[in-house]
Amino acid sequence: MDINEIKIVSGADKNGNPEAVEELIIRKGDILVLAGPTGSGKSLLLSDIEQLANGDSPSGRRVLVDGKIIDPFSTRITACLSQNMHFVMDLDVGSFINLHAKSRRIATSNTVEKVLELANDLAGEPLSANMHLASLSGGQSRALMISDAALISNAPVVLIDEIENAGINKTKGIQLLSTEGKMVLIATHDPTLMLTAQKRIIFKNGAMAKLIQSNDIERKHLQYFLEIDRVLESFKQSLRNGNRLDEETLKALIELRGVNHGQ
Amino acid sequence: MKFITVAGPPSSGKTLVLIHLIRLLKDDDLRVVVGKIDCHETADGALFKERLGIPVVVGRSDYVCPDHYGVVNAEEIFKFGEAHEADITIVETAGLCHRCAPAIKGCMAIAVVDNVSGIDTPRKIGPMLTTADVVVITKGDMVSQAEREVFRSNVLEVNPDAKAVELNGLTGMGALNLKRLVLDAPEIDTLTGRELRHDMPSAVCSYCEGETKIGSDYQMGNIIKMDVKEV
Repeated sequence: MDINEIKIVSGADKNGNPEAVEELIIRKGDILVLAGPTGSGKSLLLSDIEQLANGDSPSGRRVLVDGKIIDPFSTRITACLSQNMHFVMDLDVGSFINLHAKSRRIATSNTVEKVLELANDLAGEPLSANMHLASLSGGQSRALMISDAALISNAPVVLIDEIENAGINKTKGIQLLSTEGKMVLIATHDPTLMLTAQKRIIFKNGAMAKLIQSNDIERKHLQYFLEIDRVLESFKQSLRNGNRLDEETLKALIELRGVNHGQ
Repeated sequence: MKFITVAGPPSSGKTLVLIHLIRLLKDDDLRVVVGKIDCHETADGALFKERLGIPVVVGRSDYVCPDHYGVVNAEEIFKFGEAHEADITIVETAGLCHRCAPAIKGCMAIAVVDNVSGIDTPRKIGPMLTTADVVVITKGDMVSQAEREVFRSNVLEVNPDAKAVELNGLTGMGALNLKRLVLDAPEIDTLTGRELRHDMPSAVCSYCEGETKIGSDYQMGNIIKMDVKEV
């Protein structure tokens, strides 16, 4: 399904006061982060979009697809990547990809190859068509889920609930969905992910309280966040391979700290 | 009054689905009554009362097939709803053997199935699913997006006319879509004379009458023997 724009006409907070952000427009390729404390209303917005709220949800919001109210039963516009990291199907990876593509009637001779290529781009450990779904690691599963959502699922909107850093390149995964033309909405507490998005909405008391556009200064922060993530990841790899931490690694850390303090 | 039947395999999430649905209906000031049918002792009736404060009647089928019991008592539950001036009466069935379905012509029929039960389940559970107007698919949070899409497409392959609603029993996400469909359910004045959409199993053998011994000598009535051939 091809859509260009989703408009959310705002409703009210938990006490019935109008939302500060009156209108939210999401376009093809947009990455939007939803941030705010637990219970502040992030999930309700995801739910409103998933069910195409028409003033009949607790928030009173309306979701317009390309300017129109559409029937929620004839069209599914969202795909969800939840915190779930494992498959329950009893199949090998290749058959699974084919089965999904067939259910969407888009299977071609190189579908499996294409999905695997993208997944391997994200996963730390390589994936192949003859591996069994149940034997995949959390990182491999997540990489496969993202690449499958990008290439096979036709939903134009991808909702992501707190993607964990389980052996995959999460910012790359999100960029990938965006370049495939998806609208990506991420509910997260992770600062790196927050800055990956051009825009973020801050939630308070059930309402969209603030819409923040990211800028150059914030993007400069992002470079350091990514560096910190990379360093932590390399420590994780090293420690689980049986290495000890020593003077060298400490020195590397101190240097990094210097960089972050601009010394 | 709307009279709605809800069926689904055990532990598919029927009760939680109904709790989320009824909460939204109550917000719209609609009066809802629940009839809950089970084989054994059940605490679900109390759960409706406790969480939603609505009138509930519980029927235990005991040694009788719960679906037969459900049909036998449908009018009684309907009258219970009328006595409470309900806008909607919902019957939650035990739904066990997959041989039959409680759906009634002219009344909305809901089936509840869960993603975790496996992608072939829609093909296995028969009339419960094929006679439903609405199929609620639960536990989507426990599988991947791809598995959800395949499951949904298998449901619609078995019952192309059904409306499929994905609903998360823990958070209630999806209940709004179910409510929209329920608001469109037909109204009826009486159940008397209405027809089931699917026949009930002809369970009239000696074991229905309490026989417990194995062997041809003890088997009487409507007996079908297997044709034992290797597959």
